[in-house]
Amino acid sequence: MRILSLAGRRLAASIPTLILILIGVFLLLQFAPGDTVDAMMAQMGGGDVATAKELRKFYGLDLSIPAQLGNYLWRLVRLDLGFSSIYGKPVASVILERLPPTILLMTASLSFAFFFGLVFGVIAARGVNRWPDTLISTLGLIFYATPSFWFGLMAIVVFSVYLQWLPPGGFEDIGTVRTGIWRVLDIASHLVLPTLTLGLIFLAIYLRIMRASMLEVLNLDYVRTARAKGLDETRVVTRHVLRNALLPMVTLIGLQAGTMLGGSVVVESVFSLPGLGRLAYESVVQRDLNTLLGIVFVSALLVITVNFIVDLIYARLDPRITAEG
Amino acid sequence: MDLTRLEINRRTALLTSAAIAANVINPMRAFAQETPRKGGVFNVHYGAEQRQLNPSIQASTGVYIIGGKIQENLVDLDANGQPVGVLAESWEGSPDGKTVTFKLRKGITWHDGKPFTSADVEFTAMNMWKKILNYGSTLQLFLTAVETPDAQTAIFKYERPMPLNLLLRALPDLGYVSAKHLYESGDIRQNPTNLAPVGTGPFKFVKYERGQYVIADRNENYWRPNAPYLDRIVWRVITDRSAAAAQMEAGELHYSPFSGLTLSDLARLSKDKRFVVSTKGNEGNARTNTLEFNFRRKELSDIRVRRAIAHAINVPFFIENFLGDFAKLGTGPIPSTSTDFYPGPNTPQYAYDKAKAAALLDEAGFKAARGGTRFSLRLLPAPWGEDISLWSTFIQQSLGEIGIPVEIVRNDGGGFLKQVYDEHAFDLATGWHQYRNDPAVSTTVWYRSGQPKGAPWTNQWGWQDKNVDKTIDDAATEIDPAKRKALYAQFVKEVNTELPVWMPIEQIFVTTITAKARNHSNTPRWGSTSWHDLWLSA
Repeated sequence: MRILSLAGRRLAASIPTLILILIGVFLLLQFAPGDTVDAMMAQMGGGDVATAKELRKFYGLDLSIPAQLGNYLWRLVRLDLGFSSIYGKPVASVILERLPPTILLMTASLSFAFFFGLVFGVIAARGVNRWPDTLISTLGLIFYATPSFWFGLMAIVVFSVYLQWLPPGGFEDIGTVRTGIWRVLDIASHLVLPTLTLGLIFLAIYLRIMRASMLEVLNLDYVRTARAKGLDETRVVTRHVLRNALLPMVTLIGLQAGTMLGGSVVVESVFSLPGLGRLAYESVVQRDLNTLLGIVFVSALLVITVNFIVDLIYARLDPRITAEG
Repeated sequence: MDLTRLEINRRTALLTSAAIAANVINPMRAFAQETPRKGGVFNVHYGAEQRQLNPSIQASTGVYIIGGKIQENLVDLDANGQPVGVLAESWEGSPDGKTVTFKLRKGITWHDGKPFTSADVEFTAMNMWKKILNYGSTLQLFLTAVETPDAQTAIFKYERPMPLNLLLRALPDLGYVSAKHLYESGDIRQNPTNLAPVGTGPFKFVKYERGQYVIADRNENYWRPNAPYLDRIVWRVITDRSAAAAQMEAGELHYSPFSGLTLSDLARLSKDKRFVVSTKGNEGNARTNTLEFNFRRKELSDIRVRRAIAHAINVPFFIENFLGDFAKLGTGPIPSTSTDFYPGPNTPQYAYDKAKAAALLDEAGFKAARGGTRFSLRLLPAPWGEDISLWSTFIQQSLGEIGIPVEIVRNDGGGFLKQVYDEHAFDLATGWHQYRNDPAVSTTVWYRSGQPKGAPWTNQWGWQDKNVDKTIDDAATEIDPAKRKALYAQFVKEVNTELPVWMPIEQIFVTTITAKARNHSNTPRWGSTSWHDLWLSA
């Protein structure tokens, strides 16, 4: 019950932010020259003025900007995200179609980055300034500095073109119809390369945070006490240090959940995945305001949810922090 | 910064041209003796998803590449670029040019089993071609009615003479027929059939997963005997060009149409025996690179300035070093691939001559101030392709050398159209002019005055010339083919003299296709056609 009321309060506190973000994005897109009808004519390679006028009326673009914004917000109050002009169907269903691949890719690469960042961070911290540390830190830096599209393309060239181990793109195999576990395995095999590509960049960040935080905690008094008690080093690390060192990592996950939604445009394009990032990019190019605002709305909700979960995890990791604090 | 970019691109382009030259003679003919093989799945690169798939209401290659396999047109072009009947068996124009009669093929059914009749043609022509279809609405402006005395006859009635040759050359693109019984009620644009098309073509629509793929299967009841050969076509949505090239190499894709890969990947794959990289089969999709002048800038309204700008740009150098064998020197709005209308190269041309350019500018009164600057311009490049971006940088550097600093302002598609063709917020603009087999379809609108503000790819330059307007109008209704050709030659001469838009480069799209494909690229608009005879060797 306490959790529920907490969730309610958090959501209520986020609503003003959410509205501000939506209004901001709406106005920002008004500054971009051209509207969805211009974008449509660009795509068609022609079109006459009478048709354009008719279409503008159909999409409600003939109204003044405050009226358009007012209409949008009023629809939102009734939980209606509107109609997508590129897809010709409700925005909610367009986003819902794209959500599973996005969330799969996001959770897979975040878990990958988190897990390996943690493991390598601990190894680096324990061997600080010796060769494992140097090796891990250098590799981390290389991953961080490499552009993801290049990483993705190289992964395709090596694993799909030369070795032919993994599919070069797409979400699942279209040639054969699979069900149950076979479909799961098929989708998984399609997600290996994108997950690695997206995850490696984040891995570098997690690794460095984990290393720094481990080094800090290792120097605290209670660790010295634990060692003085005669505990062996592994026990000290796993039982006493790790838990406290994890707090910054958890904070980071909360922050990055948002970036990952937007930041995967490149990876989605390279691996032809039908995700939210590409949808957002397309909506901007096609000036599909409803879809773009819908994505912002859903992403904001996701970020709020993730941050809420993060707060709960804090409390679990460190009982001194209460979720209500 | 621009210089380093220039160097890199020049190197890539050089590689490209060498590689393509090696591949010009492709070995397609050697397979003529093989027996066609039935079956197989053909995987196609689909680079830019459209809002819908019905070619009766949207004329663009992005729609034809899918919709053109499912729906069919009245006529198409044969291997020599001449009109050949598809849904129409024969046609006849009346002497006054105001009536065109089409006899339709018998025994054709829609994919849902209903018979195809002249009522479908009448409905599509009056409600889609005339009212919605881009370029169709201009072509059919004077279409008053389509009479259907029987199920196999459609008589097109025009208020003004319609040259039969114009109609037959426009209909391959602008003559796709939709089923009346599916579109009769409700708003045509919002009809769900647009995303699940039903046609008479060799392939039946199966599934469209937005952002991923489109699938169509062979039509067992197709009207051509023994066709089609393929079991299935899959269009895969791949927006990243480099990723598409990798998928070609991994064998996941068989065909990437309409220059869908990067110039450097085209060069690389053309050396690979598994692929054929060629401009063949795209002759009907010729385009020219443009340089558009805004006459609202007083400097540009002076013809000497426009000519000076043309003289200042070394086009042959640009083509050789950046575009390679995919492009050639253009001579005006009608490209040399258009055998019926090309007036030859003997119209006013502007050869590279920097001294002449400087002299013309001096003469016009724009002498170089201290620091060498005469006046500065804003150039808006269209975002349609790599070549436009290179071309705009080349223009910038060339004009810089004669004392005209150019600022390049980049936009996405919608923004470009809005700023150039509606708000006229440009000095120079550069993009593509698509030539659609007859100058009256999408070429003369670039020059005819009186275009409504906001109509993209039309005369929005603030320029008007009575002679040009008259030539265009006369040619549009001239029914004698020889006289029409002469009128268009005169038109090219006039616009090359006045130079409201300069079209100095001709390009044809490049196809990348698996070497296993047979009967491909055998017509001038092959990528858009129905592929009824396409097959894959084992």
